[in-house]
Formats: sequence, structure tokens, C-alpha cells
Amino acid sequence: MIKKRSYFKSRSLPYLLILPQVLITLTFFYWPAVQGVVSSFQLSDPFGLYTKFVWFDNFIALFKDPLYLKSIATTLFFSGSVAFVSITFGLFLATMANRVLKVTTLTRTLLIWPYAIAPAISGILWLFLLHPSYGVVAIFIEDFLGIDWNPLLQSSHAMLMIVMASAWKNVSYNFVFFLAGLQAIPHSLIEAAAMDGASPFRRFWTITFPLLSPTMFFVTVMTIIFSFFESFGIIHAVTQGGPGGSTNILVYKVYQDGFIGLNLGSSSAQSVVLMSLIILITFLQFKYVERKVQYTG
Amino acid sequence: MMVEKTPKLDLFTYGALILGIIAVGFPILYAIIAATLSLEEVSRVPMSMIPGDQLFNNLHQAWTQGDLGTQLYNSFIMASGITLGKIIVSLFGAFSIVYFDYRLRSVAFAAVFCTLMLPVEVRILPTYEMAANLFGPLQGIWDALGLNSIVSWFAGHDIEVNLDFSLLDSYAGLILPLTASATCTFLFRQFFLTIPEELCEAAKMDGASPMTFFWRILLPLSKTNIAALVVIEFVYGWNQYLWPLLITTDPKMTTAVIGLKSLLPSPEDPPDWHIAMAGALIVMLPPVLVVIFMQRWFVKGLVEREK
Repeated sequence: MIKKRSYFKSRSLPYLLILPQVLITLTFFYWPAVQGVVSSFQLSDPFGLYTKFVWFDNFIALFKDPLYLKSIATTLFFSGSVAFVSITFGLFLATMANRVLKVTTLTRTLLIWPYAIAPAISGILWLFLLHPSYGVVAIFIEDFLGIDWNPLLQSSHAMLMIVMASAWKNVSYNFVFFLAGLQAIPHSLIEAAAMDGASPFRRFWTITFPLLSPTMFFVTVMTIIFSFFESFGIIHAVTQGGPGGSTNILVYKVYQDGFIGLNLGSSSAQSVVLMSLIILITFLQFKYVERKVQYTG
Repeated sequence: MMVEKTPKLDLFTYGALILGIIAVGFPILYAIIAATLSLEEVSRVPMSMIPGDQLFNNLHQAWTQGDLGTQLYNSFIMASGITLGKIIVSLFGAFSIVYFDYRLRSVAFAAVFCTLMLPVEVRILPTYEMAANLFGPLQGIWDALGLNSIVSWFAGHDIEVNLDFSLLDSYAGLILPLTASATCTFLFRQFFLTIPEELCEAAKMDGASPMTFFWRILLPLSKTNIAALVVIEFVYGWNQYLWPLLITTDPKMTTAVIGLKSLLPSPEDPPDWHIAMAGALIVMLPPVLVVIFMQRWFVKGLVEREK
């Protein structure tokens, strides 16, 4: 591990300095995580009167449960859609903003602020826009597309609503990164290509886009993490997983089964599945970051 | 970056940008207009896009109906507490990891690093249990060792030792579990590594103690990074949802983002969307202002995080 050539020598000070972080980490991260893993192998009643070690029974039950499998499919579809919409739109806006160098600061200000809005509030705004009786976008959809729009009753409409609410909130985040990525690309490369007669579109696809791939990877990972976990607020405030479980993504199901339904074993097993998933994502991310050094270096 | 003249493409660029800005701004614009209308106007279909004159009435009603005064105060305490706590904890942590050499240094670093993989969402129930009784694990050890009977024997009568300390419905509970952050510690570590070695050498030669070096040299140099993190962490803290939802049951301890839900009209109620939108505007204002006015720091902080 990298360290300074010149450092201080002290027997107790470094431990004292790192102590707060280690204490909080142990108390609120590691201990609960271990507890979670342990109880995922146990069966217990809601009152904690008895517990029984059941090996992988909770996991087997989980992956046999059609509701859980449906929740996996819902989550994958949801995060895929959010990633697609917010990345496409964010990259498009960043490319456009990067072309008009002069107004970049103003444009950035006007595009950046949805980042500051809580997911739950974003959900509430979109619920209003898409509300079957009062929403202006809903009226547009009904009148011009002739669809009997009702996200409160129709599964696919509800899904579209939470995708829009999440993607909207995420566009500005992705925009900031793409714009920074675009501005880091050496201008000489673009000029050289232009001199060779490459059109703006060709330059984008053959130079800009490949050079942007580290940013693209990072933004994709962050968007997926967002839609897996932080979208909880949107679901809880707007759909509560409904109608008919159509927006019951994995993280909401953990909360619902564990905190509301008090099914501790199953909820812990679900947590462990999510934990494994995020460990996998983190490893992939860092493996890729190693490679990224060559790009930017 | 105009390399050659492409008037058509330029026109398209501006057009697309303006459309994009409108599309991104529309949900807010619509919410602002709704917040200025009366109940009758807001429930007209389609709603008028001309602002009305009810803004202050609606803001006032949202404020009293949703008890926003209390909730905004709670949100503010939580967001500032998380920001301050995270920055202090990570500054000291990074200082320890970068500027000292000790046996457990790598272990400490790895332990902090791995918290990246444990967001609160994957450990909902056990973290809640932990907060409900902070000394639960110690109690377990206490019971397992049969210390109760030993203490009783010493005291000569029966003593039940109950280690019970709950963080539920408290500011400490809202703040403390969110103050350990691998990302902040990382950011400071990366930054400390770029600081020239000579500074530390010179300080040592002048006989400065580690903490003098920290306060007099390291801290002033970290100002920009701290500013960036203040913006990011304040927004993060303000917008927390799952954790405050779990740990607060007392309405007096609810945060504004969660409390907003109570302003949403249910199907049986009159469609008070103007009140809900007025409330939403109030609650989103503090973090939006922070991001807009500290944009430079914010963008810097965000982009640095990627590295």
C-alpha cells in the first residue's frame, strides 16, 4: 500500500485518530452485517422466542418463491430502464453542452439542480405529473395517444412512472460526469480528426465515445447502484411496491418482508443476496479502475 | 469547441439544449405553478399553466398542516450532523492512514474500505436492532459469560444487569450510523497523498508535533476538498430516507423528506395537490440552494470522487 516517505512516529496517536471511524464501522456496519448473515441461516418466530439453525433453507425457499423471482425481474427491468434513459439523455445533453463552450456554466446550472432533490420528492413530482385525474402528462397521454392511463392501477404504467422519476433525478448526475469526461478529452485529437476530414458525428463515435468509456462505465455502475438502493424513497413514497407487486423491487421487498412482515429469516437472506451483489459490483468497479489508469495517464 | 463551421448542427445543438433544459425543468415548473393555485384551479382538468396568487396561502397551509417547522429543523440537524461528523471522522482517519506507519494500518484501511460494500439497505434489520440497543452485543457477552450470577453472588442478592441504550427517535440515532464513510476517507487519503513530502519533512525538522502539522498545514490545504464534501454530504444527509424511516416513530422526530408523504392527497380526500406541491417546494429548497450556490465546489467534489 502506498505510503508517505516521510511520516510521523507515535505509538498511540494513529490508533486514536482512526478510532472513531473504526468504532462506528464496527458498530453499525460489521456487527449488523454479521448478524444479518447469521440470521439468514436461521428460522425464528416474529417475537424472537425461538431460533433454529436451518442451513440454506431460507435461500432455497427464497429462490423457489415466485414473488421473489418476480421481484428480481422487476428490479432488473427497472434499473436497466433507468440506466438506459438517464445515460442516453445525460450523454446527449453533455455532448450538446460541450459543443457550446461559452454558455457551459449557465447550462450546467440549469441542468444540475435535480441532483439535489430527494428521490422521494422526485417520485411525488412525477406522481402529480402522471396522476390519472390531474396530471398534465397523463392528460396528454390519454388525449394524444389514446391510452387509458392509470399508474395507480396499471402495472406497466406504474413502472413507467417510477422509471421516469428515477431517471429524471439521475440525468443531472450523469450529465455532470459526462461533461467533465468530455472536457478532459484533449482538443488536439478532435482537431486532428477534423483535419483528416472526419465529420462531427464520425468524430463522436470513433474518438469521443471510446475515450469516454471509463466515464461511461463509472456512470453505469453508479446509476445501477442508485436504482437498486436509493430508489427506495421513490417506491415507498409513491407506489409502496404496487399495484400488485409490479414495482416491488428487491430493496423494498427486504424492508417489507423484514420490517413490516417480520419475516426475519427470509428478509436476512434477501439482504445477503443484495450484499453479494454489491460486493460483486464493487470488485468489478475496482478491477476496471485499474485499467482506467492507462486511459487517463 | 467549434473545429469547423457547421451552422445546421449548431442550430440543432442550441435547440436540443434548450429543449433539454425545459424538459428537465418542467416537473419543477409545473409544481411551482400548482403551488400558486387554489384547490378549485388545481383540480380543473387540464390545470391552468398561468400562475395564480395563492402561493403564500399554500406555503403557509403546507407548513402548518405538515408540521414542516419541526421536520425541517430535524432535517437540518441531521444533514449538518452527518456532514460535520463525516468530515471530522474521515479527516482524522485519512491522516492516520497516510501520515503514520503502524502495524494495523493496512487492516484499518481495509476495514474502512469494505464498508463501501455495506450500504444500509443491505443490513436494514440488524442495524435497526443495533440502534435499538447499542449495548446489545455486550449484553450477549455478559449473559454468555454468566456474569449475572457472579455479580449476584458478590452482592449477596439477585441483580439483573441490563445494558440498555437506545438510539431510536434521537438525533444521535439519525446521525451517528451515517457518519462513517469510506468515500470521504478515500477522498482525503487521495488528496493527502498528493501533498508534497517536503511539507511534512519541514514541519518535522521544525519540531512540529503531528497534530500541529495537521491543524496548521494539512487542514488549511484541504479547504477546497472540505467545501466540496460539505455540499455533497449536506445533500446526501438531507435526502436520507430509509434510515430515518426505520429509526424514528415519533412524529416530532420525523424528517421533512419523509413527512412530506403525509401531505399527499389520498383518494378519499379532496385533491389538495397545490398544498402537496407547496410542501415539496419548501422541503427541496435547502439542498437545491446549496447545490446552485456552491456549484463549483459541488462539481469538483463529485468528479473527484470518481478517481
